[in-house]
Amino acid sequence: MSVHNRMSVLMNNSALRGVAIQVLLGMAMLSVAWVIAQNAAGNLQRANIRSGFDFLDARAGFEIARPLIQYTSDSTYGRALVVGLLNTMLIAATGIVAATIIGFLVGIGRLSSNWLIARLCALYVEVFRNLPPLLLVFFWYLGILSVLPQPRESLRLPLNLFLNNRGLTFPAPVPSEGLGGVAAVFVAGLLLSFVLARWARIRQAKTGRRFPTLLVSVGLVVVLTTVAFVAAGAPLSFNYPVAGTFNITGGTVLGPEFISLFMALSFYTASFIAEIVRAGIQGVPKGQTEAAKALGLKPSAVMSLIVIPQAFRIIIPPLTSQYLNLTKNSSLAIAVGFSDLIAVGGTTLNQTGQAIEIIAIWMLIYLTLSVMTSVFMNWFNAKVALVER
Amino acid sequence: MAETFVRTSMLAPSQMPIAQVGMVSWIRRHLLAGPKDTILTMLACALIFYTVTHLINWLLVQAVWVGSDRTVCATIAQGGLQPDGWSGACWAFVGAKFEQFVFGRYPLEERWRPILVAGLLVFLLAPMLVPSIPRKALNALLLLVPFPVISFFLLYGGLGLPIVETPLWGGLMVTLLLSFVGIAVSFPFGILLALGRQSQLPLVRWGSIAFIEVIRGVPLITVLFMASVMLPLFLPVGWTVDHLLRALIGVSLFGSAYIAEVIRGGLQAVPKRQYEGAESLGLSYWQKMWLIVVPQAIKLVIPGIVNTFIGMFKDTSLVSIIGMFDLLGIVRLNFGDPVWATPVTPMTGLLFAGFVFWLFCFGMSKYSGFVERKLDTGRKG
Repeated sequence: MSVHNRMSVLMNNSALRGVAIQVLLGMAMLSVAWVIAQNAAGNLQRANIRSGFDFLDARAGFEIARPLIQYTSDSTYGRALVVGLLNTMLIAATGIVAATIIGFLVGIGRLSSNWLIARLCALYVEVFRNLPPLLLVFFWYLGILSVLPQPRESLRLPLNLFLNNRGLTFPAPVPSEGLGGVAAVFVAGLLLSFVLARWARIRQAKTGRRFPTLLVSVGLVVVLTTVAFVAAGAPLSFNYPVAGTFNITGGTVLGPEFISLFMALSFYTASFIAEIVRAGIQGVPKGQTEAAKALGLKPSAVMSLIVIPQAFRIIIPPLTSQYLNLTKNSSLAIAVGFSDLIAVGGTTLNQTGQAIEIIAIWMLIYLTLSVMTSVFMNWFNAKVALVER
Repeated sequence: MAETFVRTSMLAPSQMPIAQVGMVSWIRRHLLAGPKDTILTMLACALIFYTVTHLINWLLVQAVWVGSDRTVCATIAQGGLQPDGWSGACWAFVGAKFEQFVFGRYPLEERWRPILVAGLLVFLLAPMLVPSIPRKALNALLLLVPFPVISFFLLYGGLGLPIVETPLWGGLMVTLLLSFVGIAVSFPFGILLALGRQSQLPLVRWGSIAFIEVIRGVPLITVLFMASVMLPLFLPVGWTVDHLLRALIGVSLFGSAYIAEVIRGGLQAVPKRQYEGAESLGLSYWQKMWLIVVPQAIKLVIPGIVNTFIGMFKDTSLVSIIGMFDLLGIVRLNFGDPVWATPVTPMTGLLFAGFVFWLFCFGMSKYSGFVERKLDTGRKG
């Protein structure tokens, strides 16, 4: 066998070739990483930046408007980032709830037999999903909220709400002694409803008799909580905002930054959720609806017992990715100065120059949030998924 | 003998009851089917009437179409000419700034260059988009090889043309540039990443998975920050990367990961017998993928690819956060211009920018629907 032949045998051995390619690739990746590390170390040294996470314990020196936890400009960068993370979670949670409600309404509306409603919902979807979310944020922030009147000429809305260019002022709940007890009764009511629902399910499986679980549970919780509230002597009052000559005193303020971000994200994401809901409901085979009707179920029961449980199986996976998108899009907060994780991190980055560390923290936290949402939604999905025999 | 009656001709069918035919029946069935529907219809009509009258009033009737500064769009109390309480769109602002919205600060006498590039693009892209026009391969080759080179020299300069630095670029031009280059770069990289994710080689597979999942798990703004803040740190001293190029790198990295996931869906949907058939013909890995699998996979996921492109187009607006002036960035920059600053300026400018973005995205989604029907892959995919 000649040398040439031996070479070609080696070349054609796919396992060997695979190893060779990977070794080469690994070496290339390592050398690029080494060059990058060398450059970064050199550049950081020249800029007098010490790498590492020590900066988290240094004084931040910047203010954050309306932090959710105790925070002043004397607090550390680490605490500032926690405030940012809490704000991110706040906007994500409220946005997800609002987007889900609007999205389900519009998605079901698109399937309405009423032509006008179906068209209106289609128009909503086509308008909002074809606009950049950042533009929607600016639309609310610059176009609407910032041109509202000054505080002394506030728009008065029902329920003692005041709207002006500094945001929305609403009555602040002031808890007093005994509210903890009412809350405990409320939680107990919820637990009781769970037990009730379980009992009803078992009884239905055994005897086939249904029990109005939802109605009874809601009644139970409302009645118990109300009774406890009255018995404790109404331990909750409101600090109503009062319009003064120049400003509004009292109440709690929702800043225009939060409102614009919240509105933009929920309206934008709702347009996608609407399409998912529509596709989910349409994805349930027609035979299912017809069979349910043939069994003599009334239309509401066809929807709630046959169509919706099956539609949920189609809806949940894409819905999860929309929730993740909304969480990621909450980073647009930086454009209007709402102090979310990215905005606080950006300020920290500008002050300390710790670019690599800040970006690593961002990525780690967003990846963790993504994984947590996925795990929860996968668990929920497994619960509603088809149990195949 | 009694005469028997035998009918020799058919009776003409009688008219359907008026309630079941034409407009009346349509309205009954679709708008007034029951008390609930009637109430909904009435509410919707009220909503439409209220919104449409206000919109027409604000956008057209009260709008200001010509003018040279803010006084035409401001009320007397705000130092302008309009009566107090007036509010309407300030189209004069858009008119005065229109060229800036399109070209940014690109020098006036050189603006024929981006126009020429746009013309070339339309000339090369339009035949690509109409399925019945032949010679797609040649067309694609022209679009992917000579066109970017010519465009670079036309836009940036060199070869006898005066150089226009990228900080002067802006407006719609930058938005389109970022999205077209982002799409053109991320498409091949996305295919490679999708193939890498399915590779037999562990290092390639895990590398691809890590890249795709990390990029997809974080917001675009962190990737843009990474490109704009971290990239200069990684390069040797003295090397600088143009800001526009940094944004392009960020957008392309981000797009590649999303395209990769869409293509992966297609790769998984190509039947196994196609892979096996290609192998039994003795094709090599790249021949098998390039000639047999990838073309079928792409065809299956065209709607997903177009949706990703629409998303990338919308996402380019985020570069304004790292200091670039794309369409949205430059519109927003002009709200600060004291010559035009009025309470109605931001709303007017954003409506204009929104309309432009909407037009492109809506056009792309309609085109995707058309291709989907043409190939009829939507339902099977």
